[in-house]
Amino acid sequence: MSGILFLEQTLNSLQFGLMLFLLAAGLTLVFGIMDMINLAHGSLYMIGAYLMATLAEATGSFWVALPLALVATALVGAALEVSLLRRLYERDHLTQVLATFAVILIANEVVRMIWGNQSLMLNPPAGLTGPVTLPGGMQYASYRLLIIGVGAAVAVCLYLLVTRTRMGMLVRAGASNREMAVAMGVNIRRLFTIVFALGAALCALAGAMLGPILAVQVGMGENILILAFVVIVIGGIGSIRGAFVGALLVGLVDTMGRALLPIAFAKLFSPPVASNLGPSVSSILIYVLMAAVLFLRPQGLFPARG
Amino acid sequence: MLLEVRELETAYGMSQVLFGVSLDINPGEVSTLLGRNGMGKTTTVRSILGLTKAAKGSVAFRGKRIEREPPDRIARMGIALVPEGRQIFPNLSVREHLVAFAENRAGRPDPWTPERVFELFPRLEERQHNQGNQLSGGEQQMLAIGRALVTNPHLLILDEATEGLAPLVREEIWRCLARLRGGGQTILVIDKYVERLVQLADRHTIIERGRVAWRGTSAELDANRSLWHRYLGI
Repeated sequence: MSGILFLEQTLNSLQFGLMLFLLAAGLTLVFGIMDMINLAHGSLYMIGAYLMATLAEATGSFWVALPLALVATALVGAALEVSLLRRLYERDHLTQVLATFAVILIANEVVRMIWGNQSLMLNPPAGLTGPVTLPGGMQYASYRLLIIGVGAAVAVCLYLLVTRTRMGMLVRAGASNREMAVAMGVNIRRLFTIVFALGAALCALAGAMLGPILAVQVGMGENILILAFVVIVIGGIGSIRGAFVGALLVGLVDTMGRALLPIAFAKLFSPPVASNLGPSVSSILIYVLMAAVLFLRPQGLFPARG
Repeated sequence: MLLEVRELETAYGMSQVLFGVSLDINPGEVSTLLGRNGMGKTTTVRSILGLTKAAKGSVAFRGKRIEREPPDRIARMGIALVPEGRQIFPNLSVREHLVAFAENRAGRPDPWTPERVFELFPRLEERQHNQGNQLSGGEQQMLAIGRALVTNPHLLILDEATEGLAPLVREEIWRCLARLRGGGQTILVIDKYVERLVQLADRHTIIERGRVAWRGTSAELDANRSLWHRYLGI
């Protein structure tokens, strides 16, 4: 494999991993603090992408639409939390899974009713449609570089929010021992609504940034939701640092697997077999990684509960 | 009266633990809850704090009924807990434990701050950048007390104040409680070292099988050693 292909796939891994982190960050805090399994997290990603596509069309500007889509999705997330999810905290996980699975179905149908069955087009911002030349002469899509930059910036901001602010301390306290945090006077429900709205905004950011690359369509949140769950299991439930490391690991294994395994298999098998086997095995690799982490560190790499 | 508990009845599912516990705490007083293991001391504390809801009875704090209030609101009204087992947050540093919950809930003119806690427990200052799960049991207990103090509570509750601590650390905790008492802090303490509690506290309540078996002053408890044998197994 050439060095350029390797570098390109590394950047793709980083881009995918950072977007997964945006999804996993909210999910891990919701799971960590409230012990709540929220399958509807992927629906917020879908709603964010649809709102972004619609607002970009209406305003004619990617950059104007982006903050509006984030705020709108955060409000949808807060409304969902206050109206429905809050009633599920004290229920068992099976009830939570069933109820939030229902939210996925309802969200998909509502999106279909509003936007129809057709995928929506979301164009990258003006000036970021072509490739740029990186040091070493490699050509790489400028928009993908933007995704990496935005993802890295948000990761740094989240890190600072969680590690340097009082709210971040309370979130970590709640994630590690909810009852004690409550006994210390933390209004965990209000904190949870804020965390949930923030998680929804991060979903919208991922949906908005990936919209120009992937199709904005009904059900787009389901596949990526499974990956986000894999990420938080690997990283440790309730841990932002774990979500970050887990997302980069999953992004790296998934992207590199898809790029490199077909090349490796081509040396062993006939081209049709190799091209079929590569993606199949690479998609298994993520779960092999998760199984290995669960075997060696059942609490994940950076468990919030210590 | 700072705290008035009346006829508290609390159950865990079908298993009733408290059968009409009543308790009064005056401002500035140090009170104790005594009794053998499993008699309902921790459940009484949890019921006062709203962590386990009482089925019957009432709890009034500073004249306001609180038995139906959520536990976070009760805490913000000015009751702080040093829980059994310390319950230190493993993923917060020592300093973060003190900064995150610092608030002058009682409106003191000279509030407890992280720096004042470091003066009280210099060992915590040395370890201020360590995570909660990197501390010894004694350091965790000091931190649990510091974490409660920085909320500047009207009432400080310690559940098993010195349980599992080395003798020297235990002495440090007793010295700390005596100092807090001298500063006028109202305290409710649960512990097994009755001799120390007799020296420290004003009034005592013995709980036996979920009911108040005896209540009285330190002088009365000190004078009646049959109580120690009958209810405390000493």
